[in-house]
Amino acid sequence: MNAALDWTAAILVLLGSLFALTAAIGLVRFPDTVSRMHPSTKTQVLGLLLVLAGAGIRLRGSVDIGMLVLAGLFTVIVSPVFAHLVGRSAYRERGLRVDLMTRDEMPAEPEVVDESLDEDDSDDADLDSDADGPGDPR
Amino acid sequence: MSVVWILAGCALVAAALLAVYRLIAGPSTLDRLVATEMAASTCLSGMGAWAAYSVDSAVLAALVALALLGFIGSISVPRFRRSDRE
Repeated sequence: MNAALDWTAAILVLLGSLFALTAAIGLVRFPDTVSRMHPSTKTQVLGLLLVLAGAGIRLRGSVDIGMLVLAGLFTVIVSPVFAHLVGRSAYRERGLRVDLMTRDEMPAEPEVVDESLDEDDSDDADLDSDADGPGDPR
Repeated sequence: MSVVWILAGCALVAAALLAVYRLIAGPSTLDRLVATEMAASTCLSGMGAWAAYSVDSAVLAALVALALLGFIGSISVPRFRRSDRE
């Protein structure tokens, strides 16, 4: 039983390390900043969680598993925020290859939504003005 | 068993080296920031792998501290840096 658990932990750690290596290869090979943001914030986090799970299995019965859970929780909470900040900054500075994009759902200069109310309070005009998505996504 | 640990260590070292390459070669500060975050996560993975290899929980305090400090750095740098377009 103990040997099986140790093997499971070792294989989990190896898988997590291979995920980290894959993320680093993607970080080197991807063409622009917005693409490089993805392996650093998705693949790397999955690899780290696998490694932490392996360490938790290996350290079974210890009090310090709470620290592993805490580190994993911090990483899971923080990495989407980091990805959002980096992606927004990179988009604003054009740190992306426009020729590789298929759709740009965030226009560079968003249309100013006319918020002046109609006199007859018709909601249809507002619905029609939002037909192409929200006006100011920032 | 030991082969698995050696392979995991080699993969983590290679990942850290590739992250350092992007940190040096990245054309913008955002690329370098992403590479720094990748290097910090690789350090976290290495600490976890070490704690799993030597069944020793002494590294875990450092792991949690590095997770918190990486949080502070990676959130504050995009907020307060200067734009590259100038």
